[in-house]
Amino acid sequence: MTKDVRLQGGAPEEAPEKGTPEKGTLEKGTLGEALRSQGVSRRGFMKFCATTASMMALPPSMIPLIANALEKARRPSVIWLSFQECTGCTESLTRAHTTTVESLIFDLISLDYHHTLQAASGAAAEAAREAAMEENFGNYLLVVDGSIPLDNPGYSTIAGISNLDMLKESAKGAAAIIAVGTCATYGGIPHANPNPTGAVSVNEIIKDKPIINVPGCPPIPVVITGVLAHYLTFGSIPELDHIGRPKVFYGQSIHDRCYRRPFYDKGQFAETFDDEGARKGWCLYKLGCKGPTTYNACATTKWNNGTSFPIESGHPCLGCSEPDFWDGGGFYKPLSLPTEDLSKTAVYTAAGAAVAGVAISALNRAKKNASNRIHIKTTIDDLRK
Amino acid sequence: MNQAHAPQFNIHVGTELTWNVKPILHEIRHALEKLLNDGEPSIIDLRSIPLAPGEEETIINSLGHGEVHARLDVLGSSEIYETRFTGVWLVTHYNEDDSIVSRFIEVTEIPDVLKSQREDVTHALDELVTKLETEETYDRGD
Repeated sequence: MTKDVRLQGGAPEEAPEKGTPEKGTLEKGTLGEALRSQGVSRRGFMKFCATTASMMALPPSMIPLIANALEKARRPSVIWLSFQECTGCTESLTRAHTTTVESLIFDLISLDYHHTLQAASGAAAEAAREAAMEENFGNYLLVVDGSIPLDNPGYSTIAGISNLDMLKESAKGAAAIIAVGTCATYGGIPHANPNPTGAVSVNEIIKDKPIINVPGCPPIPVVITGVLAHYLTFGSIPELDHIGRPKVFYGQSIHDRCYRRPFYDKGQFAETFDDEGARKGWCLYKLGCKGPTTYNACATTKWNNGTSFPIESGHPCLGCSEPDFWDGGGFYKPLSLPTEDLSKTAVYTAAGAAVAGVAISALNRAKKNASNRIHIKTTIDDLRK
Repeated sequence: MNQAHAPQFNIHVGTELTWNVKPILHEIRHALEKLLNDGEPSIIDLRSIPLAPGEEETIINSLGHGEVHARLDVLGSSEIYETRFTGVWLVTHYNEDDSIVSRFIEVTEIPDVLKSQREDVTHALDELVTKLETEETYDRGD
């Protein structure tokens, strides 16, 4: 798996012998100089680095190294593409609680295209994207949220350009791609059965670029910023796990880091949302918690000003940072129960391995038809009741 | 929503949840021994440890307050104080909305962020020289 892939645009690998600024001065065009020009003192910079280290889940002993690398790092161009998505990932980031640090990190990148955030629209916006790609060919970071529909290019277009074409075109000159959110990383909700648009993830299309998967629905904002900070700091992408996620954030399961884990070990479970176990804060495994199979940083990084995370609020983890989390068989079904109706699955499986694809497709169609049968349209009269 | 009709949440948090408090206090003890014997400082990031509701407060309350209390006003505020255990400091960084962005226990003689930084001193010297030159020019009536 990709490890410490060095890219252009971040901090230089080693401090150059010649031209190294004397202590107390900063090299022109670097992030250190940009911060100083914004009136951020060295002491403020140290605070920034300490918080960045915490954000990147790096040990505090790394703070001096982060400070040293960030001072020398260059401002990278970032192009952000949004495809089949709900804008929740952008909302997560722009509503992030650590406003000072995150706004500083955003000040330290050149966000050259983001069709939700930028003032320009239509042809002017596309011209900005093309100009940024040309000027920074080979060096810019490409951020993608949302899945890409393959069934019909017309399902999702931007300025008349299909998502597929825009992704392929923009990926050509990218130094690396950050797939943000479960839709971009694994197809997400658009990819859920029966996947009406033929939605796929970024890494099913782009095969020749380093891709960092930052899944979550939405991802934790500081995880998104942490990946950017890592790139700014080290000029490289972080070490990734077997499905392309940075190990620093996705290296441990929610279950392993959960403060309710000791209840699991003792066999103390909430059986319903209002029983004694629920009131005493016991383990939510039997209420369908996907913590044991979900890898993310929620249990330590937390949400909403570090207030809590779903399990702390009394709700099981949905497993939103895992592939196919929407098709996991039910949010409130314990992991120990089978996810499909075994009798039906057995019938289709009996069709044999050679027709496995047909069997899965038939199962999906059966599910879709069943959903359609039970679907009742709500009328105005119903709302008045 | 009318207060009388607001839903009442009553999620019980038992004191028995504090499994990580003692190990952290022992980690601090080890860090203090290291500082004393080898002069080597340590930092513990409180946000990297799984803590139950109320556990962070329990740790902070166990450490108490010592003789030194400082406040930084840079990129939001920061509160730094020595706990009642000399050499053990609690460093809390806030953003401009007064939300905590990071919190560390530093076991050291003095946290680095409190020291005057060489770069800032260089900048201060430049500023003072400019100020004196400007005032001398003004005093001469040039």
